Amino acid sequence: MIRDITLGQYYPVDSLLHRMDPRTKLFGTLVFIISLFMANSIVAYVVATVFLISAVRLSKVPFKFIVRGLKAIVFLLLISVSFNLFLTPGTVIFQIWFLKLTWEGLRIAGFMGLRLIYLVLGSSIMTLTTTPNELTDGLEKSLGFLNKIGVPVHEISMMMSIALRFIPILVEETDKIMKAQMARGADFESGNLIQKAKSMVPLLVPLFISAFRRATDLAMAMEARCYHGGEGRSKMKPLHYAARDRITYVVYAVYLVVVFVLRNGLTF
Amino acid sequence: MSIKAEHVNYIYGEGTAFEQYALRDVNFEIEDGQFIGLIGHTGSGKSTLIQHLNGLLRATSGTIYYNGENIYQAGYDMKALRSKVGLVFQYPEHQLFEVDVFSDVCFGPKNQGLPKEEIEARAREALRQVGLEEKLWEQSPFELSGGQKRRVAIAGVLAMQPDVLILDEPTAGLDPKGRDEILDEISALHKEKNMTIILVSHSMEDIAQYADRIMVMNQGEKLFDAPPKEVFRHYKELERIGLAAPQITYIVHHLKEHGVPIDDEITTVEEAKTAILALLGKDNTEK
Repeated sequence: MIRDITLGQYYPVDSLLHRMDPRTKLFGTLVFIISLFMANSIVAYVVATVFLISAVRLSKVPFKFIVRGLKAIVFLLLISVSFNLFLTPGTVIFQIWFLKLTWEGLRIAGFMGLRLIYLVLGSSIMTLTTTPNELTDGLEKSLGFLNKIGVPVHEISMMMSIALRFIPILVEETDKIMKAQMARGADFESGNLIQKAKSMVPLLVPLFISAFRRATDLAMAMEARCYHGGEGRSKMKPLHYAARDRITYVVYAVYLVVVFVLRNGLTF
Repeated sequence: MSIKAEHVNYIYGEGTAFEQYALRDVNFEIEDGQFIGLIGHTGSGKSTLIQHLNGLLRATSGTIYYNGENIYQAGYDMKALRSKVGLVFQYPEHQLFEVDVFSDVCFGPKNQGLPKEEIEARAREALRQVGLEEKLWEQSPFELSGGQKRRVAIAGVLAMQPDVLILDEPTAGLDPKGRDEILDEISALHKEKNMTIILVSHSMEDIAQYADRIMVMNQGEKLFDAPPKEVFRHYKELERIGLAAPQITYIVHHLKEHGVPIDDEITTVEEAKTAILALLGKDNTEK
């Protein structure tokens, strides 16, 4: 049940995307997100689809596995699509009571839905092919310039990597606690909202206690090894761009230009 | 009245890159009132197996029968099953959540929908069974020692008055005294209440002393299923899969190799003491 969350999970296979520098993937995700917000025509979405599908194929992660990440946004997707579908003014196709289905609504809702789905799929590909450590290393290096204006980049990225590191541990812990309480007859599924909220107490109390205990243990273990923040700290695996990263950046540039041209030159 | 497993298979993460067999064609039948020792190396599938017995995990294929009824049949009351087959997990920290010990023990019977007096009567009885002093009942469970927390956790399951009690390494991390006390209490439940006990443990000594049947798991398969003496006869195979026989068994083997005419199937210190005293021509009753 709770293990179904694929967002933010790493999928261990060997592929071009897995070997790529995390900065390239981070930047690629950013480029993809920007392109999604620029795209305003069917052709532009076709281009984005091609870009996304090539990334999926290169990642060697089964498509079925990536799509599972969409489960988390089904509700959000339904709401935003139906709002756009029925509440956009324009040429009416048909009308039920006060709900008008318009051509404009259909178009906006379609784009909106695709945009949301692509956003999730695009960022899932990054997290599925990048270990949390690589990801924060990449972020730390890419945002290193902020250090000059006093932003503690290393500390923030260390916090991020610790947080990411703890997600699977806490997920597993939640699973164990749920089972231990279910063995005592706890019921997490049935009942109304208030009963459900109440049934969370036997789950959340042990979970919080364990999270705090783990946090203090980790802090102590870090201090025992003389951790004192980012100053003067070197990397075990410094990041280096390879030829494939440079080629990828060229691909990004071409892609962005195409989407930009489509936005300003062509509209369907 | 029994628990029966037929061709139980369980696969973790089916259809993903993480796919892994956790149980492979496991079959057994546990009669009422037996004391089973379940042993196996870490990751051998023993924890997965016990979670099948109260329906927390559903077998990928195969069937489990409780008292002759298939627990996977439509409309089977899993909640009722869980109160009949009580499962105590290894870490009490995973289940203690209430403000005081007594209310925490009440959680199980409360979920069974019993009247308040009955809930409290059961909680009191369970806490007495595990031998937790009454002055601790009003304390926060988080202020207790490891051994006391473990008792509260066991009491929390006992209060549901199960017929079968499954304990996942109830003695891990306890000092020798705490370990003996907990095991003696479990043994008392077995003898006095005729409860079926399934004890998961890494300690061969504990298993040899209390269990009347041992199941050995290895890489998801059931390797042995026999009385202790028979299982420990295969101590060389047990060593190969990362287990061992009780230390006393090794000692009697050495004695036998050196020409001492002693029974080499001895598995407990008590038995060894009797046998050695007999060899020396002395009575066990003498000090």
